[in-house]
Amino acid sequence: MNKIYKKYKFDFPVIIAFVVFVGSSYYYHYNPGISIFEHNFWSFIKEMLFALPVMFILVGLFDVWVSKEKVQKHIGEASGVKGIMLIMLLAFMQAGPLYAAFPVAYILWKKGTSAKNIFIYLSASSIVKIPMLAFEIGFLGIQFSILRIMISIPVFIIVGTIMGKYFTKNKLEIKNG
Amino acid sequence: MIAIIILTAVLTLISFVFDRKKTLKGIKKGMMMFFKILPTLLSVIIIVSIVLYLVSDEVLMKYLGKDAGLGAYVSAAVIGSVSIIPGFIAYPLAGILLKTGVSFSVLSVFITTLKMVGVLTIPIEARFFGLRTAIIRNSLSFIGAILVGGSMALIFYYI
Repeated sequence: MNKIYKKYKFDFPVIIAFVVFVGSSYYYHYNPGISIFEHNFWSFIKEMLFALPVMFILVGLFDVWVSKEKVQKHIGEASGVKGIMLIMLLAFMQAGPLYAAFPVAYILWKKGTSAKNIFIYLSASSIVKIPMLAFEIGFLGIQFSILRIMISIPVFIIVGTIMGKYFTKNKLEIKNG
Repeated sequence: MIAIIILTAVLTLISFVFDRKKTLKGIKKGMMMFFKILPTLLSVIIIVSIVLYLVSDEVLMKYLGKDAGLGAYVSAAVIGSVSIIPGFIAYPLAGILLKTGVSFSVLSVFITTLKMVGVLTIPIEARFFGLRTAIIRNSLSFIGAILVGGSMALIFYYI
């Protein structure tokens, strides 16, 4: 319980204060309060509460059928197009911010992944995160997501290739933080 | 939206036929993720709702809307490159801005720079890759993000 409270120590007070605020706004007919709730909050949230659980079920199913560990196991030995596909899949499954991907990049480097694939991994994991796709589609629409991903993939393969060439040519190393 | 619901239903059914236990585990996992994110999502939307009530549409449109012209894209690219906003905050925010009248084109520049460029995380990146590499990678990513955002802006502008 304490752990849950700590994790959301900012969120719970905000939610409780908002519930009290909206409740009393209705009770005292305080128009700005009613307007914030009806015109802003409710119109923003109503689709999400319906759409997000559905999308998260998709994410959960994906996670049990294609686990991160399974993908990671095959990356070391794979190269060429298959290697790029695997590294992209692993990157897409990466959750969290970009800097969470740096330690993973170091481990992949130690395992013998090429510099080019490491940089493709970095860009790919910042461009598409499967858990975050639910949010993107929910708020901006599937057309936006597909378009963004389709245009981004060739761009980050090019960036990854340039970076890989630069990295190998200068005989650079990835350090452990 | 309906397409996603149908897709999820069909995939869940197929998954269920192949492996009942795995399917239930996946659904449970997904729901757990949803509930874990729900308090933060609610509080973010509450704050955004209040801020948008206080900041008038005119002010918002002046910096990010049609009135700002090309300036809106510059603001979006700069804000996107410098800030570190997690996706579950950035997307609701983008969705709400879209409803208030900010165009898809400006939002694509914002989202792509936000995702691909991390000026503030360069010091962390440098510890792993070296400063030179980190700077070159972020500069290339910035060019890439402008290319992606720019092409999307053009596409959204014409459809």
